[in-house]
Amino acid sequence: MSEVLDEIRKDYLFNLVRKGRRIDGRAFKDFRELRVKTNVISKAEGSAWVELGQTEVLVGVKLQPGEPYPDTPDKGVMITNAELVPLASPTFEPGPPDENGIELARVVDRGIRESGAIDLEKLCIEEGEKVWIIFIDVHVLNHDGNLMDASALGAIASLMTAKIPCERYGLGDDEPLPVRDSPVSVTAVDIAGEILIDPNLYEESAASCRLTVISNADGSISAMQKGGIGGLSPEKTKDAVKMCVESAKEIRDKVLRGLKPT
Amino acid sequence: MSSEIKLIREDGRRLDGRLPDELRPIKIEVGVLKRADGSCYFELGKNKVIAAVYGPRELHPRHAQDARRAVVRFRYNMAPFSVEERRRPGPDRRSVEISKVSREALEPVIITEYYPRAAIDIFVEVLESDAGTRTAGINAASVALADAGIPMKGLVSAVAVGKIDGQIVLDLTSEEDQHGEMDMPVAMVTRTNTITLLQMDGRVTMEEFEKALDLAVAGCRRIYELQRKALIEKYSESRTEEIP
Repeated sequence: MSEVLDEIRKDYLFNLVRKGRRIDGRAFKDFRELRVKTNVISKAEGSAWVELGQTEVLVGVKLQPGEPYPDTPDKGVMITNAELVPLASPTFEPGPPDENGIELARVVDRGIRESGAIDLEKLCIEEGEKVWIIFIDVHVLNHDGNLMDASALGAIASLMTAKIPCERYGLGDDEPLPVRDSPVSVTAVDIAGEILIDPNLYEESAASCRLTVISNADGSISAMQKGGIGGLSPEKTKDAVKMCVESAKEIRDKVLRGLKPT
Repeated sequence: MSSEIKLIREDGRRLDGRLPDELRPIKIEVGVLKRADGSCYFELGKNKVIAAVYGPRELHPRHAQDARRAVVRFRYNMAPFSVEERRRPGPDRRSVEISKVSREALEPVIITEYYPRAAIDIFVEVLESDAGTRTAGINAASVALADAGIPMKGLVSAVAVGKIDGQIVLDLTSEEDQHGEMDMPVAMVTRTNTITLLQMDGRVTMEEFEKALDLAVAGCRRIYELQRKALIEKYSESRTEEIP
């Protein structure tokens, strides 16, 4: 039954897109309403509650001293995890992360890591012995499409407002986490040959493929990931990437500007 | 990820002597495994991968079946001895992600509608790794699918491009990947000019990305010719075999 409904809805979405419209009335390049609340979890060193339309994601950042990796003895460690908890969607099941959760965590991680947003060298406490370990935990609360962008935004917003808990570990006064860039993830999908930014759940399931682009304040790109069973021509890929980078600028100005630890 | 070592020599060649737009040597063997419905051994420089395809076959558990099409499953696995430091056997987060994106790179060409409720299983084993194993795996799997006689809309070819010493180059070695500034694996269906895998990490400008994508497309086209040639060779050979 639900399969039949899916097909009907897909048809409806395709017809709308051909007329230049979307199911929720947005323009193709528009994001849904976006709200980011930071410092919502006082036990976490940084946190952000992101609402992207009906999609809700809570990201918490915790820091604790630990051992560095042997090949980078003078650098802090960053670990990203994502949990698609069953309360967020009827299709999510309890248990260890599946491929979607793993992909989500790894793409969020890559965007932040490769942009160099976190100065990991400043997170060294004692070379080869003790460094700060940053845990970024993405907790999806309501899945209404585009978890990638909501999670990535929550992660960078949490990091920008995070404090290093030096006091708790007897290492002096708390300091702000050194964040030097603001990578923003923007996802586009292809429906009926058109590129749509920030797909909601219906659009996501009707799309032939998805492209996530994470770009930085200077317009450079630090991560990309294509998903879904479909493809794009090289020309269309370039157009989609440009659209994503443009959108990222808007989001950055709107949401991340001026974020800092309280 | 700034590089302390020079990856491009004075004469413009890379440490292994290749030009920026040159692929490593490629070797393709079709139908190397007896039990599999289709298989392929693929070498890309020091990378050695082997792919097998089983199916279309019955899919268990039944609730995983799709009444409208075959379910494609893909498993990327690295042998413990394939890397410098022994890898613990079993799937890790990296191989789960690679399996997902590789499946999504191949599924667009498979005509799954022909086999409702069935499974098409693709297994890729990395025997030796030197950067570019996911693209080697996709290349091998694509040939193995054709060898298995699975109806396809085209062959998928894949290659990685990257940025080393500020220059965009084709097909990174692991040394180049480690010290380079960007790595971007790409897969495409040459026949339909469709990109079916695109991942990137590093830091590049829009212009560099566009240049890299063009280079990847050119690289995929060259690999496509080799895959085609290997398949044609294999099947023209068996046609002339005498019937005992």
